[in-house]
Amino acid sequence: MEPRSRSFYILSAFFALFILFLYGPTITIAILSFQGEGGGLTFPMRGVSLYWFYDLFEQQAVGDIWGSFRRSFALGVMVMVVTVVVSVMGGLAFRRKFPGSNILFYLIITSLVIPSILISLGVGLLFSQSGLNVHWSTSGFGSQLTWTLPFGLLIMFAVFNRFDKSYEEAARDLGATPWQTLRHVVLPIIAPSLIGVALFGFTLSYDEFARTLLTSGSYNTLPLEIYGMTTNVTSPVLYALGTLTTVFSLIIIGAFLCVALVSNRRRAQQGTDAGKGV
Amino acid sequence: MKKLRANPALSSLLMVSPLVAVLFIFLVLPIVLIVIVSFWRATEFSIIPAFEFDNYEFLFSSPVTYTVFFNTFKYALITWAFTLTIGFTVAYYLAFHIRTLTWQIALFLLCTIPFWTSNIIRMISWIPFLGRNGIANSTLISWGVIDEPIEWLLFSDFAVILAFVHLYTLFMVVPIFNTMMRIDKSLIEAARDAGANGAQILWNVIIPLTKPGIMIGTIFVVTLVMGDFITVRFMSGSQSANVGRLISNDIALLQYPSASATAIVLLLTVLITIGILLRFVDIRKEL
Repeated sequence: MEPRSRSFYILSAFFALFILFLYGPTITIAILSFQGEGGGLTFPMRGVSLYWFYDLFEQQAVGDIWGSFRRSFALGVMVMVVTVVVSVMGGLAFRRKFPGSNILFYLIITSLVIPSILISLGVGLLFSQSGLNVHWSTSGFGSQLTWTLPFGLLIMFAVFNRFDKSYEEAARDLGATPWQTLRHVVLPIIAPSLIGVALFGFTLSYDEFARTLLTSGSYNTLPLEIYGMTTNVTSPVLYALGTLTTVFSLIIIGAFLCVALVSNRRRAQQGTDAGKGV
Repeated sequence: MKKLRANPALSSLLMVSPLVAVLFIFLVLPIVLIVIVSFWRATEFSIIPAFEFDNYEFLFSSPVTYTVFFNTFKYALITWAFTLTIGFTVAYYLAFHIRTLTWQIALFLLCTIPFWTSNIIRMISWIPFLGRNGIANSTLISWGVIDEPIEWLLFSDFAVILAFVHLYTLFMVVPIFNTMMRIDKSLIEAARDAGANGAQILWNVIIPLTKPGIMIGTIFVVTLVMGDFITVRFMSGSQSANVGRLISNDIALLQYPSASATAIVLLLTVLITIGILLRFVDIRKEL
């Protein structure tokens, strides 16, 4: 291997700084959430305690944290499932041109780039004008889909752009029906990317804020609850909550990555060495 | 089933029907409704169907509008410059200086993980850094760089831009890294063999080939910043305003018609910007 150039070390330092910039603040509030009872929002630490985490469990102090967490979790799972299913179907359909496919494509892009507040405002108006009540599981759910679906679809487009069609042709030549081809050939091949789509679906929904603001009704999701807290809570209890949700997000991300890793490994074991010979 | 196989277009349409339904109900209808309501009239208590241009007239005659739109573009431009510089450098390092794929993936994931955590928490987490008695101020004082705490660290335009860069640089890193990974390494070798130095390779080979990724990243960052209303509110301590905040203030006052008119102007601005950017790149080819 050729020796590293000087620019490598400069860029490594830059990269390290970037990572510090990304993670530093989050790590800081994680440390500060263990602030002692008399401590404030910044350093110095006045002792180390779990006081603010206990405080979080006392419901009347900071609102309905656990209820909002349950709602956010349920909503995240709903959005995840729908995002995966609709994205796969959309991805499959978009492999061919069909009437309106161009318009639909631009609609997907619009859904991605439209300022979130328009969705919030528009869906809020739609529900109020048609006499329906906004609720996180109806209007909130739909609003979040306008954010997660474009991501899921763009991933699926990327996947199918790289998809080797000869696998499908082989299956067809062997007499598989379209459904069998899909079930036993296409889906297993794209499965790892589906884990990615699911991860996007869940986390984007779990953290979504702007599109849910006017569309979740009287029961808040967790990000809305946190947002409400920023205006009236000025103690490290905010950090404790932030740390807990971040840890939860990290667990979810870790779980998805593990599933991806395991499924990749299993696939590597099951695969043959056909075509790899000299 | 037979009919479906005979008519692939029909089966495609069936498969996108859930997608079409979601986008129709939660994207097209709301936009249409916002357009309609933007012509309505508002009283203190309710909104009344009408067809008048008062909301737009008021919007365009108010000097606040121009300040706020100027602010929005200012945030977008400055954030774009920073995210592009940082994002490009990081992606370049990952794509061309890290030699094994495993490390590339690992470091890339390290960059993307924050994207999957809460934006609000990531904004809140700047408080201990930038506050009056925060880490930045106390460090600078202990070094003797400043005597008094700097007041403009938190709750200022500086904080807003910092938060934008913190939140959105990933949107530059990912597409740029993606395009860079697809650059044929032999092109770079060829350039080197032909006598180009590092800077020349970067400028004449890598940057032109990375343009599509840069464009996609730009679209993400510019639209996210232009449509934002929370970061500006939170990080400026309600001292600065962009168009998003103007809309959300109107909403809070139940002035839906005027909020709608502003929203339509914002949407057109964003779409025109995207339209211009899309002239430079074919997204579907770049996925």
